[in-house]
Amino acid sequence: MIGKYLPLLASSLRRKRLRTFFTVASILIAFLLYGLAASMQFALQSGVDVAGADRLLTMHKVSFTQLLPASYESRIKAVDGVVAVSPQTWFGAWYRDERNQFPTFPSDPEAYLRIYPEIKLAEEQKQAWLTDRAGALVGRAIADLYGWKIGDQVPLRSAIWRRLDGSDTWEVTVRAIYDLPEGGDTRQIVLHQDYFEEAKQQAKGLIGWYVLKISDVNRAQAISRQIDLMFANSPAETKTSSERAMAQSFVNQIGNIGAILSAIVAAVFFTMLLVTANTMAQSVRERTNELGVLKTLGFSNGGVLGLVLAESVLVTTLGGLLGMLCAWWICVQFGPTLDQYLPGFRVPPDAFVKSLLYMLALGVVAGAVPAWQAMRLRIVEALRRD
Amino acid sequence: MNAAPAAAAAGTSIVRIRDLVKEYRRGSEIVRVLDGLSLDIRQGDFVALMGPSGSGKSTLLNLIGGLDRPTSGTLEVDGLRVDELSEASLGRWRADHVGFIFQMYNLLPVLTAERNVELPLLLTNLDREQRMRRVAAALKLVGLEHRARHRPRELSGGQEQRVGIARAIVTDPTLLLCDEPTGDLDRKSGDEILTLLEALNDEYGKTIIMVTHDPHAAERAHRVIHLDKGMLSEASG
Repeated sequence: MIGKYLPLLASSLRRKRLRTFFTVASILIAFLLYGLAASMQFALQSGVDVAGADRLLTMHKVSFTQLLPASYESRIKAVDGVVAVSPQTWFGAWYRDERNQFPTFPSDPEAYLRIYPEIKLAEEQKQAWLTDRAGALVGRAIADLYGWKIGDQVPLRSAIWRRLDGSDTWEVTVRAIYDLPEGGDTRQIVLHQDYFEEAKQQAKGLIGWYVLKISDVNRAQAISRQIDLMFANSPAETKTSSERAMAQSFVNQIGNIGAILSAIVAAVFFTMLLVTANTMAQSVRERTNELGVLKTLGFSNGGVLGLVLAESVLVTTLGGLLGMLCAWWICVQFGPTLDQYLPGFRVPPDAFVKSLLYMLALGVVAGAVPAWQAMRLRIVEALRRD
Repeated sequence: MNAAPAAAAAGTSIVRIRDLVKEYRRGSEIVRVLDGLSLDIRQGDFVALMGPSGSGKSTLLNLIGGLDRPTSGTLEVDGLRVDELSEASLGRWRADHVGFIFQMYNLLPVLTAERNVELPLLLTNLDREQRMRRVAAALKLVGLEHRARHRPRELSGGQEQRVGIARAIVTDPTLLLCDEPTGDLDRKSGDEILTLLEALNDEYGKTIIMVTHDPHAAERAHRVIHLDKGMLSEASG
C-alpha cells in the first residue's frame, strides 16, 4: 500500500541532494554514537550480570590496592554462614608484550572452584591443576588467543611481583582450561596462592583481598557487617560487600563515562531533532505549490500529512540504519582488539530495537510541525505560490 | 479512455450554478469576486471563460473544481451539490471527476513524465501494472509516449503542458478545467494544445471549461462566456 508512494518520497529526497546528504550524515553520526555508547555500556554491564549474589569480597577499607594480612583467612572462615574463603591478589600479568595484560590471580585452588561452581573444566584437568603448585587454570579466551595447550610452559611476566631471584618472569604450566556459561568472560588465569606466597620477593604474608562464598544470600549484609566489625580498629580494617555490588561500584566509576556518553548522545539526538525539523520545514516551504497540486489532484489533508511525515521518517530511518550499521561494523572490526579492555564490546540486540523506535520517534517529532502546516495549506493559496 | 461523442450528451447540464457569491476578506475589507452568478454548462460542451483581470474567471473555475468554497449560492456538478461536500469528500470527488490543467503546468520537477501522470492514480486501487498501462495510454494520446522517462526540465513548454493534460485525463474525468492552458506557450505550441483539447472534447466527450485571455484560444471553444466584476456580461456561441 505504502510502497506505491515510495518513488514520490524518494524523489523528494533527491530534490536537494546535498541537503539530504548532510541531514542523513548528521543522523548517521548520532546513531553511530548511540550504537557505540550502547556497546560500551553493554560491555561494562556484562561483568556485573555474571557476578554472584552469594559471593562476598573483603578488601582493605582504604582501597583495594592496599593489602590485607593472610592471617585474616582463618578468622573469616570461622564466621557463621561462610562456606569457603580464598585469598586473591592482583598479579598484573602480561605475556610477550606489556600491552597484552590480562587478569591473573593467585588463589586457593580448591576454595576457588567451590566459590565459582559455574567454571566448567574436565575432571582430569581439574585434578592436574590442583596437584601442580606451579600449574595454572587458564580461561578459554586466553588459551585461544595465545594458542596455549594443556602442558604448555608459559613464562608469565608480572608488572608488580618479583620472584626471590629478582626476576619478574613466573614460569607456569597450563594444567587446565576452563569455560563459562554463555556470555561469561574467560580472559583470566588462576595460580596457586601457596606457590605465589613462597616465590614472591615482597609483601610476605599479605594478600590482595578475600573472596568468600556464603550459605544464605539473605544474610549477606549481616555477614559483611560481622567480618568488618571483627577487624575494626586494626591496622588493616576491612570493607566487605557482595561481588555484584563491588562489580557495580567498579562499573559505576567507569560507568560515569557511560553516563557522560549517554548525555552526549541525548544532546546530539536533540540537535538532530532540530536539524531534521528545519530540513523538513524548509523542504515543505519550498514545495508549497507542489503540495497544492497534490491536493488539487485529490490527495486528502491526511494524505499530505502522511506524506510529509513519511518523508521525515524515511530520512531519519535511512541515517539511523546507516549509523547502526557503522556501529555494528566498528564493533565487529575492533571488538577483538578491545576485548582485552572491554570484553563483550558489541551492539546489544535491544539497542538495535530501541534505535528503530528512536528513528521513528525522531522522524515523527521532527516532521510533525511541517506536516501540520502542509496539511492546513489552502489549495488556492498554495497554487498561487511559485 | 471512454469515447462519448459530445452530440450524444448535448442538452444535459453538467454544471448548474445559481446565485453564486464569493467574497474574500482583505484586511478589514470584504471583496466580492463573484456577485450572484448563475450559469449552466452542458455536458460535452467546450466553454471559454473570458474577462479582464480580477473579473472572477479563475475564482469561478476554482469553485467549479471544488478547490474553493462559495460564500453563498448553489453549485451542482453532474447532479452533485459540490458546495455541500466535506473537505475529504471534495478531495475524492476531484480525484474521480475533475482534471485540472494549469497555465504553468504544475508538474513535479523531480518526477519523470510518467510518474507525474501516475500521481492521480496513486489514489486509486489499481495495481502498478494497471496504473502503468493507463499512464502509457494517456501519454500516447498526447503524443509523448517516447518522452515518458524524461523529467519536466528536459521537455519543452508545449511538451510539459501535454504531460499536464495527460495527468488531467489519466483518471478519465468527466470535466476538464483549464486555467490559461496556452498562456505560457508560443502560438504554435498553444495551437497544438488547443487542437488536443478540441480532440478530447470532440472524440472523447470531455466537458471543457477553459479560462483564457486569448481571443484566438477562445475561438476554438463552442461557447465563450464573458465575465466582468463577478457577473456574466455576455455569452456567445
